[in-house]
Amino acid sequence: MSDWIDIGALDDIPVRGARVVKSAAGCVAVFRTGTDEVFALDDRCPHRGGPLSEGIVHGRSVTCPLHNWVFAFETGEAQGADEGRVTTYAVRIESGRLLLDASRLLARSAA
Amino acid sequence: MTERLVVIGAGMASGRALEELFKRAPDAYDVTLFGAEPRGNYNRIMLSPVLSGEKTYQEIVTHDADWYADHGVTCRFGEPVTGIDRGRKVVITAHGETPYDKLIIASGSSPFIIPIPGHELPGVISYRDLDDTNAMIAAAEKPGARAVVIGGGLLGLEAAAGLRMRGMDVTVVHLMGHLMERQLDEAAGYLLRKELVGRGIKVMCSSNSKEIFGNGLVEGLRLENGADLPCDLLVMAVGIRPNVALAKEAGLAVGRGIHIDDQCVTSDADILSVGECVEHDGATFGLVAPIFDMAKVLAATLAGDDAAYRPKPVSTKLKVTGVDLFSAGDFVEGEDREDIVFRDPARGVYKRLVLQDDRILGAVMYGDTADGNWFFQHINDGTDVSEMRETLIFGPAFQGGDPLDPMAAVAALPGEAEICGCNGICKDEIVQAIKDGADDLGAVRAVTKASGSCGTCTGLVEQVLAVTLGDAFVLPTAQPMCGCTDLTHEDVRRLIKSRELKSMPAVWQELGWKTTCGCHVCRPALNFYLLADWPLEYRDDPQSRFVNERNHANIQKDGTYSVVPRMWGGITTANELRAIADAADKYQVPTVKVTGGQRIDLLGVKKEDLPRIWADLGKAGLVSGHAYSKGLRTVKTCVGTDHCRFGTQDSTGLGIKLEKALWGSWTPHKVKLAVSGCPRNCAEATCKDVGIICVDSGYQVGVGGAAGMDLKETERLGDVATEQEAIDLTIAFVQLYREHAKYLDRPYKWVAKVGLEWVKSQIVDDLDTRQALIDRFALSQSIYQKDPWAERANADVRRAWSPLETVKLEAAE
Repeated sequence: MSDWIDIGALDDIPVRGARVVKSAAGCVAVFRTGTDEVFALDDRCPHRGGPLSEGIVHGRSVTCPLHNWVFAFETGEAQGADEGRVTTYAVRIESGRLLLDASRLLARSAA
Repeated sequence: MTERLVVIGAGMASGRALEELFKRAPDAYDVTLFGAEPRGNYNRIMLSPVLSGEKTYQEIVTHDADWYADHGVTCRFGEPVTGIDRGRKVVITAHGETPYDKLIIASGSSPFIIPIPGHELPGVISYRDLDDTNAMIAAAEKPGARAVVIGGGLLGLEAAAGLRMRGMDVTVVHLMGHLMERQLDEAAGYLLRKELVGRGIKVMCSSNSKEIFGNGLVEGLRLENGADLPCDLLVMAVGIRPNVALAKEAGLAVGRGIHIDDQCVTSDADILSVGECVEHDGATFGLVAPIFDMAKVLAATLAGDDAAYRPKPVSTKLKVTGVDLFSAGDFVEGEDREDIVFRDPARGVYKRLVLQDDRILGAVMYGDTADGNWFFQHINDGTDVSEMRETLIFGPAFQGGDPLDPMAAVAALPGEAEICGCNGICKDEIVQAIKDGADDLGAVRAVTKASGSCGTCTGLVEQVLAVTLGDAFVLPTAQPMCGCTDLTHEDVRRLIKSRELKSMPAVWQELGWKTTCGCHVCRPALNFYLLADWPLEYRDDPQSRFVNERNHANIQKDGTYSVVPRMWGGITTANELRAIADAADKYQVPTVKVTGGQRIDLLGVKKEDLPRIWADLGKAGLVSGHAYSKGLRTVKTCVGTDHCRFGTQDSTGLGIKLEKALWGSWTPHKVKLAVSGCPRNCAEATCKDVGIICVDSGYQVGVGGAAGMDLKETERLGDVATEQEAIDLTIAFVQLYREHAKYLDRPYKWVAKVGLEWVKSQIVDDLDTRQALIDRFALSQSIYQKDPWAERANADVRRAWSPLETVKLEAAE
């Protein structure tokens, strides 16, 4: 079941950039690509905990600022030789507003 | 016994003839070489890259003093020959007579100067030799200087493009209806014109020059139609005339050029001739390929071997970076000739083949010239193309079966296929050289000359090496920038400058990036290259910067940041220290550390607190120390003459001046400086990117030190007497580094690549270049020397750097 929450406007995020949504269950990085698609991932690299929201966004992926691991937005999988995965969250744009599906966060905080 | 061979003219034709002769008969002749220019042989074809700044004169010298000495050639450069007495077999110069047994006249050609009024005014030059090139470079240094080039042929356009790259306002005036009419048809001429106009060169075709005006110095060109084109430099590049005066006076048979037979012998059996001064079977010559063919024949004749010169079709390439243009053979329209034409105007591609009796007679290509040599081969071979006519224009990849990979294409070439057009070297000769032990490009080049002139066949020669040696040959793959492109950092830097690419999308599009928007490797590099080369036009892209440069603080392993305010030259005050202490309290900074660069680091600041702590520090006058940037970090100093009993100069003062001049500039990697007040070197200046040691007589400026991953002592750039000179030298060095180095190369790595001698030639020996660098640095600083902390200490940034939203995780019922 989805639980859509308005988290802000698309224009609050720079093109090829990210913003952070805080929650008691951890931070979520919300990314905006060069073609105005949005994706949401856990803001914590599984390698050494780097903030993915501070990485360089390219295509549909982001490079962790600490040690250059690259994660695909669609799957949350680390690319190339690195192995690891971050949780992805559904996020969509509705008349310029960003809606985040918080059901996974809720599930996690309840667990 | 050894015969005496005298050579008149030390250019490319006689240079090649001598090389061939020494190969065939090393000891047959005792050679004396006269040259009118005060220097030996250099590669005249490469003057255009020298003009545009892509090469230096030293790089195009083909025969240096050692070469002449090794081969026992007596050089008499700068001594023009004034006469030949054939009866007594002597040549005459201002210094007397020199006897010969055999004589080679390689007097070359002179540029044709149109005798319109004003053609003798200073500032009117031709484009022929190094002196002309240097005159053009000098003229281009005046800001806002304007040039008119008369002649839209090969040479004129190379001159125009070179001057434009040097920043001049350039107009080309061409008599004919389209550019390069001898090599191009009208359609290709149009595309070329469009490209040049796009680069900011004005092109006026069908324009006749009437007179050059000016009061003691060229001021402009007046056209037949009355229009005036003001200029500071006028280059005439309308053609050449064989130099025949000497031969004519000596009574040799002369037409437009000196008459020679198939063996390169003139009407006097003891006098031979070669190069642009000759006329063979009614034809004269201006391109290098047939002249090198002729030089081989001449050498064979002198060595007593049989050889005969046979004219071949010639091919031409325009040596302007970024313009792909190829023409070969004969492409004039005719009743019995047919055309095959391919056009893709959006991509700027045009290809035309001229056929006669099922054979290719000529080819013109613009935009995509990859198949040029394949067509040229068919022109030379007279191949019957009727079978492949339908797909001919698409090149070798479409002649049946699967597209060939380049290796297979080279492997399939016949032995007599020409690889190097400039030097007339075919595949067999290269394969033979490889079998004789030449196992890399440099060795093949040294033995055969293949790829040694214009260099465009370098890739082909490497492929012949790979095919011949198999696994034993490792292609020297230049390291591409990243997975998004096959181009190297150096390629990209060059193309950003020469093609005037001023935005990231322009680079991706024009240079064929394989990804939609680059990656974390290329984007920061491109962002730097673009802002360094186009400070006024390009806008810095924070999203292409690493986190530290985007957030103007150093990220730590726990995601907090460190904050380092600047302390100019390591000097601080009680007031500043108080502000730092207050900030440390207010923001609960867990660690306060003194750095190696003589300042104070506040470690463990949260991102959302950064704009606030900056605002507080700013109130005490503190600015960003850029401890996080690829830019100027610190200038470490000792106390110098202010306090130290050994100090020789005001090292602290100089350090502060340097830091005030350089702060805020972006560089390929971080830059650290130090100034020590005496040779005891307390500021450890000898391991810095620029380190200055003060001495009684002035300042010793060293560069290229390192004390990180590598440990390296600085090398001396120069010694100067005044503080201002030390500052100038430092700024010029930093700007040269900014303009040329690969992203993430520290200065010591870059200096190792380009050579300290080259750096000295630019900023120590050449005061004009030094000043130009300083001016360009000042221009860049006018945009980028701003305190990033002050700019970000506001409510907007505080909002943007805070969480977008805080989600309360209570299930909404």
